[in-house]
Parts: sequence; structure tokens; C-alpha cells
Amino acid sequence: MYELLKGLGAWLVSSEQWAGSDGIGHRLTEHLQYSLLATLVAAAIALPVGLLIGHTRRGAFIAINLSSFGRALPTVGLVVLVFLASGLSMWPVYIALVALAVPSIVTNTYAGMTAVDPEVRDAARGQGMRWHQVLLQVELPLALPLIMTGLRLALIQVVATATIAAYVSFGGLGRYVFDGLAQRDLVQVLGGAVLVAVVAVVLDLALSALQRVLFRHRPATPA
Amino acid sequence: MQPGKGLLMIQFDAVHKRFPNGTTAVQDLTLDMPEGGVTVLVGSSGCGKTTTLRMINRMVDPTSGTIRVAGRDVLEQDAAELRRSIGYVIQQSGLFPHRTVSDNIATVPLLLGWGRRKARARAAELLETVGLSADAGKRYPHQLSGGQQQRVGVARALAADPPVLLMDEPFGAVDPVVRTQLQNELLRLQRDLSKTIVFVTHDVDEAVRLGDRIAVFRTGGHLVQCAAPAELLARPADAFVADFLGAERGLKLLSLTTLAGVAQGPAPEGARWQLTLDSARKPLVWHDTENDTALPLRPLQDTDSLLSALNESIAAPSGLVARVDADGVLTGVSSREDIHDRAGRVHSEASAVAA
Repeated sequence: MYELLKGLGAWLVSSEQWAGSDGIGHRLTEHLQYSLLATLVAAAIALPVGLLIGHTRRGAFIAINLSSFGRALPTVGLVVLVFLASGLSMWPVYIALVALAVPSIVTNTYAGMTAVDPEVRDAARGQGMRWHQVLLQVELPLALPLIMTGLRLALIQVVATATIAAYVSFGGLGRYVFDGLAQRDLVQVLGGAVLVAVVAVVLDLALSALQRVLFRHRPATPA
Repeated sequence: MQPGKGLLMIQFDAVHKRFPNGTTAVQDLTLDMPEGGVTVLVGSSGCGKTTTLRMINRMVDPTSGTIRVAGRDVLEQDAAELRRSIGYVIQQSGLFPHRTVSDNIATVPLLLGWGRRKARARAAELLETVGLSADAGKRYPHQLSGGQQQRVGVARALAADPPVLLMDEPFGAVDPVVRTQLQNELLRLQRDLSKTIVFVTHDVDEAVRLGDRIAVFRTGGHLVQCAAPAELLARPADAFVADFLGAERGLKLLSLTTLAGVAQGPAPEGARWQLTLDSARKPLVWHDTENDTALPLRPLQDTDSLLSALNESIAAPSGLVARVDADGVLTGVSSREDIHDRAGRVHSEASAVAA
């Protein structure tokens, strides 16, 4: 165990491990690229859905169950399935990651919208706001803390899962895990895993801090 | 009763409202609200008073019948535009928690496209109108007390200077002391602004204090009686209204009349209870000459109500009420008998006028 940790330390700090197209720097960039793109696409799908069902209070049951279905799908299974259907491309990875990210965003957006005080919605209409003004000027800003929590959760899940890109021969930090497993190089497996965990934790902390700064004027809200 | 211009600002004509779940909220309502007057809608919960109010700015649309504001059928107007032209204050204030007080007040001006600068200036002006300090504008609603939030709610409703103000139990959630303050402020504002106000409450005392006319609703959405407060208290249309006004409705009537008409005489000399004055001739206490004790008193001005005079005359050991001028200087005393006589006459007059 001690040997393993010592090896891990050396692996993480060695300069050749960080440089080049095979280095940690490059893999990290790839990993973040996959994660951010997948989360953005998921947000583009999930935010309108969440806002719409939250504003109208209609179709919530179907939308939330449908999106939770994405969470229930085994990610690796999905990757393989799409891989078999579409051949070698990034599609399987993105589809699997988006499917993973959508439920958190839909559910949290909807929760944020329904948490808006009905009196406030009523007052907004009563002052003469049209439906899109109520949505954009009142409901969305008030739901934003919970929406951001949803995005944060989704991004963390995606970062942790983006290792599967390596499973279908692409890059990212998963490279170390899968290569290490193939080469029986435990230090490399551990190194990849630790890096993924660190990235996830750092992102989580950074986004939490951002939320606290952005919403410092708000009364205590469930986040 | 308010002067007004004799115009009917809001007209309900045979209005029905049935909700999809089958309950009838408002039943065949025909009611006119004069311009510049305060019409109070009262009744227990579920009597349709809030629905009636919300049909004026189309927060609820009637099932049948017509509602006109300033002569125009509300159903023929764009709902959002109509609402911008009508002030709306609700219980719990309904302020936007993510916007500063200033921005809350500026809501309707911004919707009307006034531009930021003009809307801000208007908000600053209104903060003063409703008795808030200028720096309250930079704060957020949750940083204010309940009473202050209601003031902001009123300021927001007044922002675009609408001729009509709808107030749905606006003071229902604040404590009695603050409520009285807010009621006084509203009366003061109304003297300056002469808005057409529709005010919903379930509190009879509030209705009597604020209303030029009071409309009493019964469960099921029936309007039972609509009359000036004095007339309503003196001559309730039926047992339901009488019951709703409560056992003290005779006393409530006295709250509408001032002490001005009651005779006063000089303070008693040589009796058991002596009025102690300070150097400026302001009454301090009733002094008991038999055992040298003092009882507190509340001197009353001509503008105080007959009800408070009656109360004071009962509380005072001598049965006398100390009367003072606006500066608090003693003008004389009135006896329990004189106050009682005046109270009796107020009642018979109110009944006679109504009949």
C-alpha cells in the first residue's frame, strides 16, 4: 500500500507525465472539454423543459419521470449500444453523458420554479407582467439558486463519468484508468482515478463559492 | 362621504363567477363604485369578496356579466395593459425578493417603458410619500419589517399614478399597532390623492375606519348590503349583516362621530376628584382628595371619536372627560351624561337618515 502511494506521488509530479499529447495537461483539457460540452447540451435540453413545466405546472409528472429514466440507464451499456449503432465516434459518449446530466437539471429547475412563492407570481401578474416577463423577470431569477445547484450536480456527475470516453478509445483522464487496467499498472489506474476525483471536488467547491457570491443578497433558500 | 366627481369609476353589471370546480364565488353582482371613494368589501372567507376584487383587474374573468372601469368593459382590454393601469396591493405584500425596494416600486413604470432614470426618480419620490427613508430603496424586501414591506407594496401600486387602487387584505398580516398606523397613513394619502380604492378585508373595524361605502358579502357570493358606514351600522339590512357587524355595532357607529358637538363646562372645584394641571394648563391626572391618590387620564380633543369619549367617561372616576385643544391645553370637561345623550342622538339620527 505504501509502495503504491509512493508510486502515485512520483507519477503525479513527474514532469514527463504532464507534458505532451499523452500528458496529464492534455488529458485534463480533453476531459473538461467532453464534460462541459455534454453539460451544456444537457442544459440546452433540460432548462427549457424544466422552466416550461415549472411555469405551467403541467406535464411535470411525465417530464420528470422521462428524464429520470436517463439517470436509471447504465451509462456503459448506453455507450456500447450507441457505439454498436453508430460506429466509432464521440456520439456514444456524448449521448450517454447528456442522458446522465439531463435529469438533475430538469428536476432542480422544476423544483426551483415550484418553490417560487405563489404570492410573488400573483403579484407579478397583477402588476401587469406578461407570461414571459413573469418567467424571465421573476420566476427564473428566483429559481436560479436551485437551477445552478442542478447544473453543478450534473457537471460533477458528468466529470466523474466522462472516463468512459476512453472506453471507446477516446481521450480524457479515463485514458489512464483504462490503459492502466490493460497494462496492469495500478499506479496509473490510481493516478487517473485520483485526478478525476480532484477535478470533480474542485469544480464543486468553485461553483458552490460562485453561488454563494451571486446570491449573497437572498434570504436563506434551500440550495 | 368623499366628494368624488359623481362618476362611477367601477361598475359591476349582473356579474357571475363560477369556478371550474363548480363553486359559485360571485352571484349576480350589480354594484357601482364612485370615483375618488373607498369601497370596502367585507364578509367572511369564501364570500367572494376577493374574487370580486380580482375581476376588476382581470386576475379572474367573470363567467357572465360586465365589469367596466372608467366606462370601458375590462374584457375588451388587454389584461396586462389593464393591470398596469390599476394599482394592486396584496396581503404579505408580494414583493419581489430578488429586487431592491427601489426596483420593486419601479416595476410598473419599467413595464410601461419609462426608462431607468425616470422610474428610479419616481421610486425615490414614492418612498417619501409612503413614509420610508431614502436609503430603504437600496435594501431588499426581506431586510424590512412587515409594516415597511406593506408600505413598499402600496408605493409599488401607486408608481404609475393609476386612478384605481385594488387592495386585497393589505394590512391583514401585520400586528394591530402597525395596522392602525398603516390605516392612518392610507387615510392621509387618500386625502391627497383621491384614488378610487377597492379594499377587501374581513375586519369590520377596518371597514368602518376606511370605507366611504361598505359592501357586505355573504357566503356563496351574494352582496347583501352596500351603504355608508353610519347607515350600515344604524340600519343593517338583515340579521346576517347585523350579526356580521357584531354586538358592538352601536359603539362602532360612535367611532364615526367626533366629540365636537358635546357640551363642556368648567372643571369641578371642591369635589372629591380634582383635575391636576401643569403650569401650561395641560391635564395630568385625576387627584382623589379623600385619600390623596392619583388616577391617570387621557385628555381628548374635538377630533377624537365619541367612542373614545364614552370609554374615557366610563374609566374616569368622576365620570368626567377632560377636553383639550390641539396644543393639549384644557378647554373644559364633559360629563358622562352629556356624552351619553349625544351618543343616543347620533343613533337616532343615523337611523332616521337611513329610513
